[in-house]
Amino acid sequence: MDTQTLIYLFVGATFALYIGIAIWSRAGSTSEYYVASKGIHPIANGMATGADWMSAASFISMAGIIAFAGYDGSVYLMGWTGGYVLLAMCLAPYLRKFGKFTVPDFVGERYYSQTARVVAVICVIFISFTYVAGQMRGVGIVFSRYLEVDIATGVIIGMAIVFFYAVLGGMKGITYTQVAQYCVMMFAYMVPAIYISIMITGNPIPQLGFGSEVIGTGQSVIERLDGIGAELGFGAYTDGSKSTIDVFFITMALMVGTAGLPHVIVRFFTTPTVRDARKSAGYALFFIAILYTTAPAVAAFARTNLLNTVVDAQYEQVPEWLSTWENAGLIAWQDKNNDGVIQYGPGAPFVGNPTFTGERGVSGERLLSNAPTDAATELYVDRDIMVLANPEIAGLPGWVIALIAAGGLAAALSTAAGLLLVISTSVSHDLLKSNMAPNISEKNELLAARVAAGVAVAIAGLFGIYPPGFVAQVVAFAFGLAAASFFPVIVMGIFSKKMNKEGAIAGMLVGLTFTFSYIVFFKFISPELNTAEHWWLGVSPEGIGTLGMVFNFIAAVTVASFTKAPPEHIQHMIEDIRVPRGAGAAIDH
Amino acid sequence: MSLSKEDAARAYWRENLRFMMILLVIWFSVSFGAGILFVDLLNNIQFFGFPLGFWFAQQGAIYAFVVLIFVYVWKMNKLDRKYDLHEE
Repeated sequence: MDTQTLIYLFVGATFALYIGIAIWSRAGSTSEYYVASKGIHPIANGMATGADWMSAASFISMAGIIAFAGYDGSVYLMGWTGGYVLLAMCLAPYLRKFGKFTVPDFVGERYYSQTARVVAVICVIFISFTYVAGQMRGVGIVFSRYLEVDIATGVIIGMAIVFFYAVLGGMKGITYTQVAQYCVMMFAYMVPAIYISIMITGNPIPQLGFGSEVIGTGQSVIERLDGIGAELGFGAYTDGSKSTIDVFFITMALMVGTAGLPHVIVRFFTTPTVRDARKSAGYALFFIAILYTTAPAVAAFARTNLLNTVVDAQYEQVPEWLSTWENAGLIAWQDKNNDGVIQYGPGAPFVGNPTFTGERGVSGERLLSNAPTDAATELYVDRDIMVLANPEIAGLPGWVIALIAAGGLAAALSTAAGLLLVISTSVSHDLLKSNMAPNISEKNELLAARVAAGVAVAIAGLFGIYPPGFVAQVVAFAFGLAAASFFPVIVMGIFSKKMNKEGAIAGMLVGLTFTFSYIVFFKFISPELNTAEHWWLGVSPEGIGTLGMVFNFIAAVTVASFTKAPPEHIQHMIEDIRVPRGAGAAIDH
Repeated sequence: MSLSKEDAARAYWRENLRFMMILLVIWFSVSFGAGILFVDLLNNIQFFGFPLGFWFAQQGAIYAFVVLIFVYVWKMNKLDRKYDLHEE
């Protein structure tokens, strides 16, 4: 069978599996729809959380980003895993004991305020839409690269699948689909990683191969990258170019943002007990860590391979995979000095993304109409290629390529579905049931949730087909805003009995306004000023959520100390959520 | 256990907080400490083919996070039982 047939077969089979699971596990009540009746086993919940969490960006782009950023890429590795420690110890068990359905539920009840609940709902919807737009785009890209349909058709197929199992199955359907998607994506990620590790170092475990010797050179993978990189002018792989303070703030914002993201938090409402909620966080991080410790190894292997292949190579003699990906537009070569040899170094070879003229040059390369830059480098390499091209670089059979296509789709669809569920729950439960129409029947609430999910899928699809120019710019938003709003408010709600309504609202508003303004200023109003010397304290917009969080805490504590303490029943509620069983100290009063 | 329910809950909470702080100090040390603030210093040490600081930033911190959560789960289960606050 040729590769294309295999891709259709794999993608078709996984889609059939997801739909089958959705039909088997369709939801009949709001409790099933919102939190799967709190009946999910911690291991299943851990896998579902992993799939929910690892998006198309983690699966396809992260290793590529690290391959080009070296040490600087560590912010994503630590930032997107360390948040689970905070979740496990500061949030998950207590929110599970609280026992309702959503994050705005907690904020609204703990701070006895509809205003606080509405602010929380707006944040949830904004953060989730920002995030889901990127996922639908990812679905479209995978479809267009592997299935040879255009991006719009790809997005529509993806929308139809997500619509089917998110709308029908709710949290229950999504959870079991995500368990399947986790297995598909991990298998797809690990097979090429193990092969390529054996190929370069002879060690089958990528995490160990990462530190081993490159076969036949006497140097370790890292020493070679540091050495060749420095020769070509890239700087050492193990040294960063970001300032220490910026790395610190970005990592913190990503960690705290992870712990504050509503689609991650809500997963811990689905376990049967408090003990299971804690355990679930451990399994979730374990399942995520498998990919996150493999990714930097894949990054280093892919970079080694790339440098070995292209540096000072005669274009006519490069291996076939290079021209395959050149034909796909992810690699481009502009022979600036007409010597037929690839020169590769730091900087961009030409202005903008490659635009091919449709003609071939002297050496057989695709000609470009882009204006060349002053840099000596001649090669353009799309970061995503580091994962996508791995099977070909390693000379793996066609079914592995098909596996990568199915894995990329699993990663994008699972995250999109989790986000869409959070949006639909916010509308039907937090806006309608808890606010605008408290007398709504359960049947109508469930209907409202499904309609809201349908509308959200459609909007997300539109974002995917007509991506607003800002999609790539706004990922910082989702994490920054989650870090500056939810995390502090929830933590104070659990760990401080004195924190009151006024403090929490003031904190959220200060944190949000500050973070929002800083990002909007540098990303949209004055992007030309977005460089280290103009940043406040040297903190980039990606890391500013950390300061937003600090201001949130300060504002909340200050305001709370001047206003009256929360009512007694709220203080009892806090005592109650702090212990796993019973009503805690409150019961003796 | 001769404590009243109220005292038990209070003592449970104090032990929980102390234990959580210890784990969070380790959490901070392996990531922000070894992987960021002291990365250049630790990079002078070789560790299984890696400069140590770089290893913490791209591998070690993540392993430590997983272990931290499971240690927390195990200790909290014991604490729940000690104060008779565990779920059925």
